Amino acid sequence: MRKALFFLPLIVAFGLGVLFWQSLGKDPSTLPSALINKPLPDFSLPTVEKSSELISAARLKGQPVLLNVWATWCPSCHMEHPYFMQLAKQGVPIIGINYKDDRASAMKWLAELGNPYLFSIFDEKGSLGFDLGVYGAPETYLIDKDGIIRYKHVGVVDERVWREQIQPIYERLKS
Amino acid sequence: MIPELGQLALILALCLALMLALVPLWGAFRGNLFWMRFATPLATGQFFFVALAFGFLTYAFMTNDFTVAYVATNSNSHLPWYYKFSAVWGGHEGSLLLWLFILCLWTVAVAWRSLHLPAELRSRVLSVMGMISTGFLLFVLLTSSPFTRLFFNAPDDGQDLNPLLQDFGLIVHPPMLYMGYVGFSVAFAFAIAALLGGRLDAAWARWARPWTNAAWAFLSIGIVLGSWWAYYELGWGGWWFWDPVENASFMPWLAGTALIHSMAVTEKRGEFKSWTVLLAICAFSLSLLGTFLVRSGVLTSVHAFASDPTRGFFVLMLLAVTVGGSLLLFALRAVDLKSESTFNLLSKETWLLINNLILLVAMVVVLLGTLYPLVVDALQLGKLSVGPPYFNMLFVPLMGLLALALGSGLMLRWKRHAQDQWLKSLALPALAVLIFAIVTIIWGGEHRWGIVLGVVMAGWIAVSTLVDVSHRIRFSQQGWRQPRSYWGMHVAHLGFCASILGVTWVSLHAFEQDIRVEPGHVEHIDGYDISYLGATSLQGPNYTAEQGHFVVSKQGKTITELFPQKRNYSVQRSMMTEAAIDPGLMQDIYIAMGERLDGGAWAVRIHIKPMVRWIWLGGLLMAFGGALAATDLRYRRLRHRQPQVSVGLETAPVTEVSHA
Repeated sequence: MRKALFFLPLIVAFGLGVLFWQSLGKDPSTLPSALINKPLPDFSLPTVEKSSELISAARLKGQPVLLNVWATWCPSCHMEHPYFMQLAKQGVPIIGINYKDDRASAMKWLAELGNPYLFSIFDEKGSLGFDLGVYGAPETYLIDKDGIIRYKHVGVVDERVWREQIQPIYERLKS
Repeated sequence: MIPELGQLALILALCLALMLALVPLWGAFRGNLFWMRFATPLATGQFFFVALAFGFLTYAFMTNDFTVAYVATNSNSHLPWYYKFSAVWGGHEGSLLLWLFILCLWTVAVAWRSLHLPAELRSRVLSVMGMISTGFLLFVLLTSSPFTRLFFNAPDDGQDLNPLLQDFGLIVHPPMLYMGYVGFSVAFAFAIAALLGGRLDAAWARWARPWTNAAWAFLSIGIVLGSWWAYYELGWGGWWFWDPVENASFMPWLAGTALIHSMAVTEKRGEFKSWTVLLAICAFSLSLLGTFLVRSGVLTSVHAFASDPTRGFFVLMLLAVTVGGSLLLFALRAVDLKSESTFNLLSKETWLLINNLILLVAMVVVLLGTLYPLVVDALQLGKLSVGPPYFNMLFVPLMGLLALALGSGLMLRWKRHAQDQWLKSLALPALAVLIFAIVTIIWGGEHRWGIVLGVVMAGWIAVSTLVDVSHRIRFSQQGWRQPRSYWGMHVAHLGFCASILGVTWVSLHAFEQDIRVEPGHVEHIDGYDISYLGATSLQGPNYTAEQGHFVVSKQGKTITELFPQKRNYSVQRSMMTEAAIDPGLMQDIYIAMGERLDGGAWAVRIHIKPMVRWIWLGGLLMAFGGALAATDLRYRRLRHRQPQVSVGLETAPVTEVSHA
């Protein structure tokens, strides 16, 4: 029995190894979401600004929009926030998904740092994030005017990412 | 030509590393002193060639050799020379080379400072380190050579170093962190050597301890620097984010903290042997895991520098061989490591065991939080991530328990301690803590319960320390002249107190406000009058900046002038916030420029951060304590006494050859 105990660390390490092995292929930043070129999953959620009104996927149709997953607990979201302010000023429509957060902190954040979003969907339980396959905040999706997901970016959006990866697709969708 | 020489130097280093991994080990296995003697020259040669490669890469950076792909992606001709130097480890390839360089540095240090050790143990230790460097040299040469050339379309100028890394903190943070990470390889090598030899005694612990303490001290400094850098460079005043990369450095630290305590028991009492070995394996494995997590891109992070599945695969294989192999060896051989004594329930041993358990649980909490997204993903439950609330909820109570155990276990004796005596010595700390608590409840103001918790934790440790010190000075013969390891221990524990106080105050009493400022605007915050005089444009070496001018005064007296900047790095096309900070022992005034608003106005964020410096000061005290303990005189005296013993061992027949 005592002997078997000494094998325990090896077994634990082996389990972890299998876990890493599996996750290695699924590099979150290079593997495209399974939802690319599929419609946005339907949802019915309130916004950060208004808890009384429920909105659904249909509200996002009509023009190409950026869908940005953010949270107040996410340091990288702090980093990209100023750039979203800039994009919003240039007239790019951005809709937020406030992911697994609480409403008071989210409101405070928007009041203090500025609000680049047309509105922010309040995904408190992470259910919409779950359907979208959100890996972690921040993530940004590009949705076309028919509500189809055209691009997914994991991590911070800065000028480089926008210019080189998202903007070309955005301009094409707009025309 | 020079970069090719660098590549060649790495290949030669690989040959030497391979020989280092095999020849002395074979010598130890056969009991052949001739083969064992190769260890020192091989370790020295390996260090020489890796250092040469490192020098060549530095030269390529200094001379703006943009035909080297790594230089072209991480440097620029306008970059100041000191950032060109630190850019050597600004990307994946170079930071691996730094890792390797530091590994060889530790190896050569062990080779030259362990001449008094029994030859077999010494050969095994150096061979194990040779195996590690073989693995990493292969990694560098096969997947991430920093010397790859761009022969055809070499750019005229480089893409510049990531602006986040153009900073003093980043010149010193990675080397310190790697000194710690890689330093645990020494403890690891000692552990494997003990398992191979089947012998682990107090002498072994005495040899391994100073190395482990030194590595732990470096890692502490590395983590402090990382936290300090994040605080002033990321521009929103946070000092710890539970980010995967931060966790990757924190987990080996927690395991290492458990290890240095467990090693104390092994040295003084000959107990916890297999536990010490397991912790040594664990600390180094977690260092490797950190490398894997950062370099493979399986976790997204603020720091995600390089993510390449091939490299991830290679590190994972390295990890599997190192961890799997060492744990298999542990499973087969550790059963034979028998304790040399016993202890009662009320004894220092028991309390150190409690300390170890709490630290390990804390490590597992961090590990789970970091890996949770991977676990959920692997079980096909979707993809999730956990935020700081999880860590804070579990970590704060754990640290509370740790402080309680630390304060009550400090004065305990080895083996057994009389219960009434123990309770008597705890009376004064308990009384002091009660007074602290009452005072804070009355004067604490808002958030008083959190403050009470912090004050009680820190006070409990601090007063217990004082009780122990005064007791020791009065009743031991040396009086004030206690060994350095004794003072080191107390300094490190008081560092822990300082960090607790800093975390408590900055978490509960930090003050922040976002304001819109126009020239002439005066803002009253927390008793300060902060007036904005205007912004000017600046031209830096590789950026342009808008610099705000603020004057901070209190009751009409000017305290300081602050000049925060918003920088635009032209080559990387990214905006950086350079916060301006008026640092102070009791509080920082922190101003960061936000967005430019219409009409010459700026959005500005002002923080008042009380006692934030205490967090890092505490970390530095811990590191200083570790350094004091590592340089304890008894390790040096040992060096002079030991040779006779080791000569005896060298000629003795080798008994542990029977591996069957």
